[in-house]
Amino acid sequence: MDKNLIDKLIKIVEREGVLSTPEDLAVYGYDGTFEDHRPDVVVLPRTTEQVSAVVSLAAAERIPLVTRGMGSGLAAASVPFQGGIVLAMTRINRILEIDTLNAIAHVEAGVVTADLQTEVEKLGLFYPPDPSSIRHSTIGGNIACNAGGPRCLKYGVTGDYVLGLTVVLADGRVLKTGGKLIKDVVGYDLNALFTGSEGTLGVITEALLRLTAKPKFARTALVEFPALEDASHTVNAILSAGIVPATLELMDETAIACIEEALQIGLPLDVEAILLIETDGADQANVEGEIQAAARICQEHGARQVKVAQSEAEREVLWQARRSVSPSLARKAPNKLGEDITVPRSAIPEMVRRLKAISAQYGLPIVIFGHAGDGNLHPNILFDKRDPEQWAKVEGMVKAEFNAALELGGTLSGEHGVGTLKRPYMAQALGPVSVDVQRKIKAALDPLNILNPGKVIPD
Amino acid sequence: LDNLTQPSEEQYLNCIRCGLCLAVCPTYREYLSETASPRGRVALARKGLEGELELTPNLFEQMYACFDCLACNDICPVGIRPADLALGMRVLQEERKPAHWKQNLFRDLIPKPGRMEAATWPLRLYERSGLRRLVYKLGLHHLHPAQLRDLEAMLPHLPERPLRQVLPEVTPANGEVKYRVGFFLGCAQSLMFADESAASVRVMARNGCMVITPKETVCCGMPARGYGREDLVREQARLNIDLFEKADVEVIVTDCATCGSTLKDYGAILADDPIWAARAAAFSARVRDVSEFLMSIPLEKPEGRLDARVTYHDPCHLRRGQGVWKQPRELLQLIDGLEFIELPEADWCCGSAGSQLITHYETSLKVLKRKTDNLESTRADYIATGCPGCQMQLNVGVWRSRSGVKVVHPVTLLDMAYNRKKEK
Repeated sequence: MDKNLIDKLIKIVEREGVLSTPEDLAVYGYDGTFEDHRPDVVVLPRTTEQVSAVVSLAAAERIPLVTRGMGSGLAAASVPFQGGIVLAMTRINRILEIDTLNAIAHVEAGVVTADLQTEVEKLGLFYPPDPSSIRHSTIGGNIACNAGGPRCLKYGVTGDYVLGLTVVLADGRVLKTGGKLIKDVVGYDLNALFTGSEGTLGVITEALLRLTAKPKFARTALVEFPALEDASHTVNAILSAGIVPATLELMDETAIACIEEALQIGLPLDVEAILLIETDGADQANVEGEIQAAARICQEHGARQVKVAQSEAEREVLWQARRSVSPSLARKAPNKLGEDITVPRSAIPEMVRRLKAISAQYGLPIVIFGHAGDGNLHPNILFDKRDPEQWAKVEGMVKAEFNAALELGGTLSGEHGVGTLKRPYMAQALGPVSVDVQRKIKAALDPLNILNPGKVIPD
Repeated sequence: LDNLTQPSEEQYLNCIRCGLCLAVCPTYREYLSETASPRGRVALARKGLEGELELTPNLFEQMYACFDCLACNDICPVGIRPADLALGMRVLQEERKPAHWKQNLFRDLIPKPGRMEAATWPLRLYERSGLRRLVYKLGLHHLHPAQLRDLEAMLPHLPERPLRQVLPEVTPANGEVKYRVGFFLGCAQSLMFADESAASVRVMARNGCMVITPKETVCCGMPARGYGREDLVREQARLNIDLFEKADVEVIVTDCATCGSTLKDYGAILADDPIWAARAAAFSARVRDVSEFLMSIPLEKPEGRLDARVTYHDPCHLRRGQGVWKQPRELLQLIDGLEFIELPEADWCCGSAGSQLITHYETSLKVLKRKTDNLESTRADYIATGCPGCQMQLNVGVWRSRSGVKVVHPVTLLDMAYNRKKEK
């Protein structure tokens, strides 16, 4: 990148905020996928004003600008394929206010999600969204991808907690949306527009987030199923019985084996599936009653054993296990491609069957785990990208997975986002009218196409 | 590169770049930049080794910026060990471009106890002002005054003579001999924390140990390891193994977390050496940290009291390097009157990492600040930790924050409680 431009950036964010050595550029070219492309410069701003100045400069010079947090994304949304500026938001990371009266947190985009949870929980409050990356992803990234997580079944996704945003627009202007308001119908819902926009419409720098009361009690059960099919039917049986667990997670045998290898916590290696069920709430008897009712239903549907965690430490081990599933799969192969297709929950058993069939047809393993309770599954294909034959198969398998999900009334992504990896399937998933509307929104907000160009919306 | 020692493909190939290691990395958490993260270092090592990046000084500097606290090794669900990979890259760099000062320091000075004692005598003679002479001798004249003051604050009250010269080769057990214990006296313990190691030996003797301290032991090898001289580590390992084989002991105890983790690693370090592999493995299998050993034997409960608030800092090379964290806490809680307070983030690196306060001053102080903030929240009178590197770093932290907390080895507190009984 030319020296003149770097000098201009240094004027905005000072020298410590501009990274441009070959080593710096090499590590800001990837996210949590296998994709990689060097940016021309990395900028680490500390204020909204600095972001605004950087975006204005990018607009004036027509330089692509890719915003990112901690780079844990799973759709290559923050990989700078066209070079340009990477705007890393990790240093805009203050918790500005925790308003206990209104139960609202005002935070900057770079706050680590787990840090926010820790802080609000000290005050008896609760920020429910819990992507598996809670400790290594930022609130800004969570909002930009509308991150989900296990607790979404009961509590909803990140977007359900966004009450207001500060967004730097593509021309450098600063937009404020929403407010400390639970109800607000004045104008279009711009919170919803920027939530999940993956850095293509603006740069989120601050957020007002709704908090709830921290559930006082939680019970977590690990349920072993000799047959995967039984586990997937049980999910619907529990939900149809009127029980609303906080989480209802499914893991298949390969997932179980990988976690056990990584953590050695005594998971059963002779079952086809595990369900991880958690109930929570303010009333201890109620929480206990729900977990017992869920346990009974599991036993009626082929569960071999139901183990309820007896202490907070035991419970934490189970959740650590769940959060480790995705990365621990890499013990089996150099690469993995994890999708996050979502289907109506009634279609889960059929989706699981079809995933097994795709794996058998192509001869590459697909590990299945995910948030079965809300129909959001994470089929992970294990492969070695250096082998062109395997890579060709992977491409075919992904297509087959998406086709199956769409046929069952589902969609491409429940929480990872579209980024680069799912972009080729957007038109098929949404149809021409929806794609056209979305293109027009993009053109209206970013006419120069400098914000994360080439992502999400197909050309 | 082909003829040089370098990390193998499996040390990085399966890194899926999930980012989990960022959450636990002390340097990432201070700089919030990918370049300062374990995932970043793995990517740089891979790109460097695969030819995508040039092997520049800046690339190797990122490997030296790692504090080797091992937190990333521990959390990685894939089994990648980014901290080990950074050390492996340092070895490669030393083979490509050997630095002569490392030869002088790690081969000719540090592993020669006599020379170390000679080099540090001005310290013992003039205490703090002697540091300036040592700094000059080590070729560190570029240090600025503030940093020099921090280094002065680092030093404990120094012994008149190094413990190696004072401690008898055989310390008899009080009463019946129940265990024949070999004591590995680390360099820093002998030169600077002599009182502590004397206390460790006293406590073991009191509990039925005949303590044999071979005097010809050399540096465990960790300093050379940190600077990419794995060849010197192997040399030193062989010398130490040979000595303890002759001493004929059941266990080999050390009260230095860093020495302990290195000694326990000799088996792995010499695994490819056909002559030494089995001997090294047998040696490592007998090594115990002093708290680990003491809590494994029936320990006399001290009758003396110590009325104080005490917290505990986990040395990285004890907690993660050796999996020892319960024992020092249990040991402290044997003492009547002692109020144990768990330190928040007790196992977060203190920023010492051996020599980072000299080589990475700014980062080291940032990491230290997090530790001293946590320490102040406990309002403790003492912070116990069984690592001379951590102790020196914490001394700096306590001095900077003017909190007056006393930094001690946990076994020293136990010794105090035993002695108080005697006074009565």
